[in-house]
Amino acid sequence: MATEIPISTTADTDVVTPRSKPTSRLTLIWRRLRSTPRFWVGGIMLGFFVLFAVFGNTINIYSPTDQDIYALNEAPNAQHWFGTNTIGQDIYAQTVAGLQKSLLIGIIAGPSASLLAAIIGSTAGYFGGRIEVVIVWFINLLLVLPAFFILVLLAPMLRQLSWMAIVVFLALFGWMIMAQVVRNQTKAIKDRDFVKAARYMGVSTPRILSRHIIPNVASILIVDATLGVVSAILTETSLSYFNLGIQKPDVSIGTLLAEGSGAAVTRPWLFVFPAGVLVLMLFAISLMADALRDAIDPTSGANRD
Amino acid sequence: MGKYVLRRFVNYFILAFIATVTAYITSSAFMDPAARYRGQNPPLSESSIKSILDGHGTNPDVPILERTWTWLTKIFLHGDFSTTVHNNPVFQEIMTRASVSLKLLLIGSILGAILGVVLGVWGAVKQYKASDQTVTYASYLIIATPTFVIGVILMIIATGFNRLIGTSLIRFSGEYTADIPPGFFPWFTDQLSHMLLPTLALVLMGAATYSRYQRSVMLDVLASDFIRTARSKGRTRKTALVKHGVRVALIPMSTYFAYAFGTLVAGSAMLEVVFSWHGMGEFTINSILQSDINAAAGSVLFIAVLTLISSTLSEVLYAALDPRVRI
Amino acid sequence: MTETLSTNQSHPPAEAPILEVRDLTVTFPNHKGDVKAVRGVDYEVMPGEFLGIVGESGSGKSVSSMAVMGLLPSNARIDGSIKYRGRSLLDMDDHEMSKLRGSEIAMVFQDPLSALTPVYTIGEQISEGLLLHDATMSKEAAHERAIELLRIVGIPGPERRVRAYPHEFSGGMRQRAMIAIAIANDPDLIIADEPTTALDVTIQAQILDVLQKAREITGAAIVLITHDLGVVAGHADRIAVMYAGRLVETGPVEQVFARPQMPYTTGLLRSVPNLATAGTQRLVPLEGKPPSLSNMVPGCPFAPRCPIAIDTCREVEPELIGHGTPGVAAACHRADEIASGELTAGSIFPRPEPVQKRVKNGDADRVLEVTGLQKHFPLLKGAVFKRQIGTVRAVDGIDLEIREGQTLGLVGESGCGKSTTIGEVLEMVAPQKGKIVINGVDVSELSKRDRLAMRKDVQVVFQDPMAAIDPRLPVGEVIAEPLTVHKVPARKRNDTVAEMLELVGLDANMADRYPHEFSGGQRQRIGIARALVTNPKLLVLDEPVSALDVSVQAGVINLLEDLRDSLGLSYLFVAHDLAVVRQIADHVAVMYLGRIVEFGASEDLYDNPQHPYTRALMSAIPVPDPAVEKSRERVLLSGDLPSPTDEITGCSFRTRCPLFALLPETDQDRCARDDPQPRRAESNLVACHFSERIHELEHSS
Repeated sequence: MATEIPISTTADTDVVTPRSKPTSRLTLIWRRLRSTPRFWVGGIMLGFFVLFAVFGNTINIYSPTDQDIYALNEAPNAQHWFGTNTIGQDIYAQTVAGLQKSLLIGIIAGPSASLLAAIIGSTAGYFGGRIEVVIVWFINLLLVLPAFFILVLLAPMLRQLSWMAIVVFLALFGWMIMAQVVRNQTKAIKDRDFVKAARYMGVSTPRILSRHIIPNVASILIVDATLGVVSAILTETSLSYFNLGIQKPDVSIGTLLAEGSGAAVTRPWLFVFPAGVLVLMLFAISLMADALRDAIDPTSGANRD
Repeated sequence: MGKYVLRRFVNYFILAFIATVTAYITSSAFMDPAARYRGQNPPLSESSIKSILDGHGTNPDVPILERTWTWLTKIFLHGDFSTTVHNNPVFQEIMTRASVSLKLLLIGSILGAILGVVLGVWGAVKQYKASDQTVTYASYLIIATPTFVIGVILMIIATGFNRLIGTSLIRFSGEYTADIPPGFFPWFTDQLSHMLLPTLALVLMGAATYSRYQRSVMLDVLASDFIRTARSKGRTRKTALVKHGVRVALIPMSTYFAYAFGTLVAGSAMLEVVFSWHGMGEFTINSILQSDINAAAGSVLFIAVLTLISSTLSEVLYAALDPRVRI
Repeated sequence: MTETLSTNQSHPPAEAPILEVRDLTVTFPNHKGDVKAVRGVDYEVMPGEFLGIVGESGSGKSVSSMAVMGLLPSNARIDGSIKYRGRSLLDMDDHEMSKLRGSEIAMVFQDPLSALTPVYTIGEQISEGLLLHDATMSKEAAHERAIELLRIVGIPGPERRVRAYPHEFSGGMRQRAMIAIAIANDPDLIIADEPTTALDVTIQAQILDVLQKAREITGAAIVLITHDLGVVAGHADRIAVMYAGRLVETGPVEQVFARPQMPYTTGLLRSVPNLATAGTQRLVPLEGKPPSLSNMVPGCPFAPRCPIAIDTCREVEPELIGHGTPGVAAACHRADEIASGELTAGSIFPRPEPVQKRVKNGDADRVLEVTGLQKHFPLLKGAVFKRQIGTVRAVDGIDLEIREGQTLGLVGESGCGKSTTIGEVLEMVAPQKGKIVINGVDVSELSKRDRLAMRKDVQVVFQDPMAAIDPRLPVGEVIAEPLTVHKVPARKRNDTVAEMLELVGLDANMADRYPHEFSGGQRQRIGIARALVTNPKLLVLDEPVSALDVSVQAGVINLLEDLRDSLGLSYLFVAHDLAVVRQIADHVAVMYLGRIVEFGASEDLYDNPQHPYTRALMSAIPVPDPAVEKSRERVLLSGDLPSPTDEITGCSFRTRCPLFALLPETDQDRCARDDPQPRRAESNLVACHFSERIHELEHSS
C-alpha cells in the first residue's frame, strides 16, 4: 500500500496525554486493592493461618497422633496449648493437621469448580443453540439434586477412597451456578462490538474465546474461585461432621469438630479452638474475595447518591 | 399462558423423576443394606437377611435395573414408595416429618430474607460508614461459619443464659416437650422456646448471604437515573431511596431466592440433627448412615420437589415484582 | 410549522433574574488530583427566557445544572452561589430543596428509559410529583391531572396510556412523559439536560416542540443543555458556550451564531456538517480534545487547540468579558480583534482543500450487490414464559449496489434495519432470502477458506471506538489483529502497522500505547487503521462519527473522504445523520421499516426528495443557523416508529405519513391497500404511490 498519501487533515498527535507507562489492568486492580482495608485485614489474617497450617507443628513437640496419657482431658496449658482430648491427643497439633487438610481441599476443589464453570458456561453461551439447551438442562438437573445431598449419598463410596475423592466430588458438584453466570456474561460479551469486529475480521472461534471472551469473564471467575475455596471447605467440614467426609486416620477440621461438639459446653477447648481457627480463616478468605470483587469491578460499588 | 405453565410442569416432573431415579440407582449401587443385619445379636442367617431385604426390595442379588423397575411400578401403580429399614412406609414417614422440616425452613427462610433485605439496603445506603462495615464483617463471619457450628455456639450461649436466669427458658433438644400441660398457651410458649435457636441459626445464615447480595443490588440501584428523577420531582433522598430504590432492588432478589434455597435446605437439615428434631434432614442423613435405599430415594424426591416449588415461586415472584416480564 | 419569537413576547423579561449563578465551582475529590468539573461559572436566567448551554462531553454543562438542582453526589465540593428568586440554594438542606424541586424548578433528563422507575406506571409517576407538593390533592384528582398532562404533551389515548409502564412506551413517548412530570406543578424554571440526545431526529423535532409548548403553557424559563448547536439555534433566545468547566462565550443566539468571538465557538460552528452546504465543500476540522480537568495547566484551556493562540493565551486564562457587542461576552485574549473584524472565521479555521477532484465512474465494477435481502426475526415476549408473538421484519427485501471507489449512504431512524443489513453483509453467509454478491462472488457459494480470504476485502468500522477496540491491547496489536488472522509474519506486521498509523494521521511510534491514552477521534482513527490494514476494497462504516464529539467529527469525515479518494475504496456508510451522509455519499438509500423507500444520487435526493419520509427526515435536522432555523418550513412527522408487531397493510409509512393525511379518501385507500413498489420519480427510485404530490406538503404547513 502506498505510503506517500497526502493527508490534508491535521493529525492531533500533539494532544496525546504525556507519555505515561501503560497501566495494565492488573496494575489498576492492584492499585484499587491496595486502598481497600478489607483486603489487608483479610490478607494478613490469611497469611497468618497459612503459615500456621504449614509451620504450626514444627514448633510443637506433640504430633497429631501422639497420646499423652498423663494429660487426659486437660484444659489449655503451657504443655498443650489448646488442651487435650479424652485419650490425651494434643488439640493444637490436631488443629494444625486438620487445617492443612481443609486448606488443601479448598484450594484444589474451589478453583477446579471455577475452571469447570468457565469451560462449560462459556461454551454454552458462545455457541448457543442446541449445545446451550442441553447444558442448561443438565445444570438444572444438578441444581434439583442439591450438591450436598449427592455428596452425602456418595459418601459411603468416598469412604473407601482417599480424601482426594472428596476433592474431586466437591469440584464436580460446585460449578453449576457459576456456569450460569459465565454463560450469561458470555452471551452479553458475544454481541459486543469488539467481538463482532474480531469475527468479521475472520478471527477463529478458539482464538475469540481465549483472547476476547475468557479474559473478560476472568474477573468474576477469580472472585468465584476465591469464594469456591470457602464453600468447598465448608461443605467438607459439614460432611466430616456427620462422619460422611474425611475418614480416620486422616484429620480435618470437620472431624475434630464432630468429636468436640458433644463436649462443647463442658470442655469448650475441644470445640472452640478448631472452630475458631476455621471460621477466622474462612472469614479472611471471604474478605479478600469481597475486596477483589470491588477492585475488579469498580462500578459495583459506585454510590452516586 | 396455560400452555407454558403446563410445559414447565412437565419439564419439572421429568427433572424430579430423573433426580429420584438417579438417587435410587446410585444408592442401590453403593449402599450395602445387608450390613446392618450382619452384626446383630443373635446373628441372623444369610437367608433370613436376604428375605428381609427382599421385603424392602433391596436384595443385592437382584439386578439393580430390575429392582429399580419394581420400585417404580410400585410407586406409579400403587402410590407405594416402599418401606424404610424400620418397616415404616417411606411416604408416610416423609409426610409426618415434612411438617417438622417445613416449619423450620419456612419461618427461617422468610425471616432471614426479610432481615437480609433490610440489612442489605441499610448497608448500601450507609456504604463504607461504620454501620455498613459492621454488617459486612458480621455477615462474612456468619458465612464463614459452618451451620452446625452456629447451632452449637447458640446452644452454648443458651446454656449460659438458662443458668443465669435459673430456668430452662430456651430449650434446644427436640422439637417439643413431651409433657406439657394442655391448652393453647402452654403449647405455644413451648413451641417458641424450642424453635428459637434453630430458627435463629437459619435466620442468621440466610440474612448474612441475602444482605450481601441485596447490598450490591441496592448499590447498583442507588446509581440509577430514576432515583435522581424522583428527587427532581421533590422527593428527599431518603424517601426516593425507599419508595423507588428498594422497590426496584427487590426484583433480582427473587431470582437469587431460588439459588440460595438449596443452601438453606442443606443448612436446615444439619440444624435438625444438631437440635435433635425428627425432620426430613435427620431422615435423609440417617437413611444414608443406615444404608436405607428406599428412604434415601424418597428424601431426594422430597428435596427435588421442594427445589422445584421454590424455583417456581421465585419466578412467580419475579413476574409479580417486575412489570417488564409480565405477559 | 414556522417558528417565531412570539412566545417570547408573551413573557417580557422582568427586571430581576429568576436564577443567578455566581462564581460556581464544583470539584470532585480524587486521589489522583481533584477533578475541577466547573471552574467559576456566572450566568443568570430571566423569567420566561430560553437559555441554551452548549458544550462537549466533560465541559461541565451537566454538572453545573445538577448543582442548581442540588442533585450532585455528596462528595462534590460546591462553592460560589446559586440564587433562585433571591434565595440561596446552596444553603438549603435536602428537605428544603425537595420542596423547591418539582414545584418551582423542574428537570428533564437525557435518557428517558433509565430516568423513569420501571416498576410504577406512568400515571403513578406523574401523580407522585403532584401529590408531593399538594397535600390537599386527592389521588383521583392527581390521576385526572396526570391524564390531562399526558394529553398536553401529545400522548395519544392518555386515559389508557396513563396505566402503562415505562417499558411499554417508546423513547419519544417516555420523554414526553418526563416533560409531563416536569410541568406538572407549573414550575418557573425547567432545566432540560440533553433531552433529545438519545432520540431519533424526527422524534427530537417533536420533543423540542413539546418543550416549547410547555414553556408557553407554564411561562417557565428553560435552560436547555445540549451538544447540538442546531438545537440551540432553533429554540433558544440566548446561548452560553462551555469549555473545560467555564463559560467561554455568551450572548443572544443571533449574534453568537453570526459573529462568534471565541475561536472555540467559531471552530464548533465551522466543523458541523450543514445540510445546506454539505457535499459541496470540505469540513473544517477542530482537532484535539479538551484538557484533563484534574491537572489544569495555566492559561486558556483552549490554547492547545486554538490556531490563533499567542503567548499570553498559554500564560493567563482570559476572563469572560464584553468586547464591544452589547449582550455578548467572550473569554478570549484576541476577542477584540475578532469582534472588530481583523480576524475572520475563515482565517482562524481555514477550509482545507480537497486532495484531488474525484471522477465518478458510473461503469466501475460493482463491489457489493445486494438483491432482495430479507431477514426476519421471531419476536419473543416475556422473560419467564417466552413465547413468539410475531415476526420482526428487520430487513424486508432490499436492493443495494456499490461500485468501486464510491460511497453508498444508508440512512434511517433506529430500528429501521440498517444494522441488520450490514450484519448480513459482514457475516458473508447465505441470507434467509435474496442474494449478497461481493466482488462478483455470491457469498452463499463461498467455502470456509474462500470466506476467510474474502474477509480481507471487506472490513468494518464501528460506531463506538471504545467498544470496538479491546482496551487491554496496545494499539499496535489491535491494528495488526486482522493480519494475524491471515498469517502475516510479525516483522511485516509491524511495518504495516506503522504505515497504517501514519495513513490515518497518527504517529507511527504510537503503536505500543494503549487505547485509553487516545482521544475519541484518535481512537476512531485507530479503528479505521485496523480496517485498512488488510488492504480492503469495501469498508462498512457503521455510524463512524456519531459517538464522537462534534468538534472532532469533521476531522474523521475528512480523513475518510481522503482515504477513499486516494486508495480507491468503496464505502457502505450507515448513519442517521443526513448532513454527515450528504458530506460523503455518492448515492443515498433511505430506509424505513426494513425497506428502502427512496434511493438516488446524493445531489438529486437531497435537492429534490420525492418520498414524504425523506422530506420529513431532512426537515427534522436542526440547522446551526438561527436565521434559517426560525424561518424555514418544516415537515413534522406524527407519532413514533410503529411497533414491529403491528401489521400494517399497504404502505408501511402511511401511519405517520404527512402526505397521507392530505390525500382524498380514495387515494388514501390505495395507500392502505397496495404496498408501493420502488418506481422512478424524477431521478430517484421512490416507494410511494403519490410522490408527484410531494409539493403539497409545503403549501399545507
